[in-house]
Amino acid sequence: MRKLIYIFCITAITAFFLGCGGNPENAMDVSEDTNVIKSGGQETVADDESQKDVVKVAVSSPDHTTLVAALKHVEYVDDLSNAGPFTVFAPTNAAFDKLPAGTLDDLLKEENKEVLKNILEYHVAVGGYKTEYMQDGQNIGMANGDNIKISMLGDKIVINETVNVIATIAASNGIIYVVDGVLLPPAAK
Amino acid sequence: MKNLIVLIILIALGAYGCKPKTTGSIATGDAASKVYVAPGSYDEFYSVVSGGFSGQMAIYGIPSGRLFRVIPVFSQDPQSGYGYSEETKPMLMTSHGYVPWDDLHHIALSTTNGTHDGRWAFGNGNNTPRIARIDMTTFRTAEIIELPNSSGNHSSPFITENTEYTIAGTRFSYPPDYDGANPDVSISSYKDNFKGYLSFVGVDKESGMMDLSFQIQIPPLNTDLARGGKGPSHDWFFFSCYNSEKAFTLLEVNASQKDKDFILAVNWKKAEQYVKEGKAKAQKVKYAHNYFDENTQTAVSEIRTDVLVLDPKELKDILYLIPCPKSPHGCDVDPTGQYIVGSGKLAAIIPVFSFEKIQKAIANNDFEAEYDGIKVLKYESCLHGEVKKPGLGPLHTEFDNEGNAYTSFFVSSEIVKWNVKSLEIIDRVPTYYSIGHLSIPGGPTSKPWGKYVIAYNKITKDRYLPTGPELNQSAQLFSIEGDKMKLLLDFPTIGEPHYAEAIPAELIMPNSKKIYKLEENNHPYATKQEKETKVVREGNKVHIYMTAIRSHLVPDNIEGVKIGDEVYFHVTNLEQDWDVPHGFAIKGANNAELLIMPGETQTLKWNPDRVGIFPFYCTDFCSALHQEMQGYIRVSPAGSSVPIIFSTGKTAEVKATTGK
Repeated sequence: MRKLIYIFCITAITAFFLGCGGNPENAMDVSEDTNVIKSGGQETVADDESQKDVVKVAVSSPDHTTLVAALKHVEYVDDLSNAGPFTVFAPTNAAFDKLPAGTLDDLLKEENKEVLKNILEYHVAVGGYKTEYMQDGQNIGMANGDNIKISMLGDKIVINETVNVIATIAASNGIIYVVDGVLLPPAAK
Repeated sequence: MKNLIVLIILIALGAYGCKPKTTGSIATGDAASKVYVAPGSYDEFYSVVSGGFSGQMAIYGIPSGRLFRVIPVFSQDPQSGYGYSEETKPMLMTSHGYVPWDDLHHIALSTTNGTHDGRWAFGNGNNTPRIARIDMTTFRTAEIIELPNSSGNHSSPFITENTEYTIAGTRFSYPPDYDGANPDVSISSYKDNFKGYLSFVGVDKESGMMDLSFQIQIPPLNTDLARGGKGPSHDWFFFSCYNSEKAFTLLEVNASQKDKDFILAVNWKKAEQYVKEGKAKAQKVKYAHNYFDENTQTAVSEIRTDVLVLDPKELKDILYLIPCPKSPHGCDVDPTGQYIVGSGKLAAIIPVFSFEKIQKAIANNDFEAEYDGIKVLKYESCLHGEVKKPGLGPLHTEFDNEGNAYTSFFVSSEIVKWNVKSLEIIDRVPTYYSIGHLSIPGGPTSKPWGKYVIAYNKITKDRYLPTGPELNQSAQLFSIEGDKMKLLLDFPTIGEPHYAEAIPAELIMPNSKKIYKLEENNHPYATKQEKETKVVREGNKVHIYMTAIRSHLVPDNIEGVKIGDEVYFHVTNLEQDWDVPHGFAIKGANNAELLIMPGETQTLKWNPDRVGIFPFYCTDFCSALHQEMQGYIRVSPAGSSVPIIFSTGKTAEVKATTGK
């Protein structure tokens, strides 16, 4: 039932955006049926005034379509639309392309959902880890329970000695570090 | 799903049915579904409700009765820091100094061409006479103007059709303020020395800024309520009054002697013209005008000293008196602007006056007498008709969009629906208990939205689970679709609501502000980046330029403050995200917290009273690491040599310094 309503809401919102293409304020139309319980997560909040959150930043980036698809596949977008704050290491499409052939397709299979979610959670820390508060050799606990290790090589930030931070983007609910590789949790290594 | 919900509600109501009360069983499952707004759905109307002796306004959803917000207006609000922060203290300044409380009775929502425009809500301060303007994009008090020559600002803040003016009338007459005209006199010299005033406060079309345009001096009557004309009566304003007896003691008895008091009919257009022609007398007075400067995010308070006063004894065509039975309270103009309903608190009838007849009577010099030099029209000449035996103690009247009026009756505790033209009674329903004001969405405008009438009751008694001797006041929602009024819901309220207005959500919701833009923050102590934070000593004043963002305060370690210092925490919320305020509080502050909206800067003043370490923290659960959002400030003895230092994230041990 919840799913059905969720689908209904998404459809309604999508139809609205396609239909009018206008001000999302109107998505909060009061004339809709007030007897149906709405159960969309925080990702569905209509707000074009605030700074973009980490999800909206990722969604609007052409270099992160694979990441966004993966986040949606494991239903992780609502969590990341939360108040956070989050530090997200966001692999680019090219980073995913560096994985051995077939890996991504495998991960996107229904039976591997938990594995994929574990990997994605390994890219998220709860806390606003700004560059100026990072230290060489620092461990950061990630959402899946494992740690990553930060190395500061001059201006460069390297994760787990293999993955490079190539850009930093401020989001309303945290920080996105764009990275050139996919971080693999220790257990999956 | 929907059936399931209705079923659950029906079962719940059924279980509740064992309550040993017959009158309470009117609401039905059908009623429940009419007020059910599912989680995540929106109410159809915003209701802006006066808070009475709380000095605040409250925002409820209709039909659900859910409380969304309490807006601090005339009273300090420790929750938001209103009246406690350095930025908002000036909002509560008056000619009497800082007055942190008032009694807010009535709401007027701004109108254009007689219909709601959703821009501002006005509220009156009854005790230390003031009018406040609330900005309906921020739901914050934007401006407060004090009224000179006024006591008991009850018949206020009603507006003219295009919000040209918001008005004020004095409930308590007293000797005027100007030029020694308020001398040390005996109370028993009331008839000679006491005066009443009607104030017309101009409202700027664009900014909403208020300016006391002029006052009309009237005999020492107690003006009670008022309404602006509309359509044909656009140029007029109508005030009710009691105490034409000029009693100054035991008014309960002494102001109820005469059969009739008055409705005051004011031709404000004419008055405006006389002001332009220089016929008003300039008087020296003293009153405060306070406004919140959005640019600097700081309130400004200024004292004004001039007022223009018109004398209706000389300018006879600006004011006429219409006799109205038995201490009239409500004075309400119907949507067409043709009919004025007077409600005598002690009357057995409701007189309805015709604007057309009033105009004819004036043109024909149809006067019965003069009262203190003001012409009194003949009652019968102005009368459209009387509603006979409507109930006991009529107070207020609202209107629907179908030519009907709804009058509240305090003593007989009911709402009576009647037809304005035919004066026939159509329906009556009991209220629980002793209704004061009532509100129909758009009821005072030329375009009522109808659908509901909300009763604001004075007595609650056994309606809810008891909470000791002090009970909340109750509001009751009735459907007015169809001939019969139908009770749907009752809900508790804050303070003591008097008048309220309800407005369609779509006129307010799209304009509701989500954040303050950091780039538009021109607060002199704003800090827009963490690297710009600093601590500056100026004599014994210490200014801390602090930032807050999920989930830390910068700086969060501060030293070098000494006993005898005045410490100012200027905290800027760097968030640019809807609904992420940060709070700020420090131990021992003789003050309140700050609640800082995204993009905003607010200042808390703190006088450290003892040596030691004082923690401060974010008070609003902002994020997963909210509990970590804290810091320490060190207070050293007076004369200590500890220098000002500050940092965030510095884990290396700072060399220990000891003050002398």
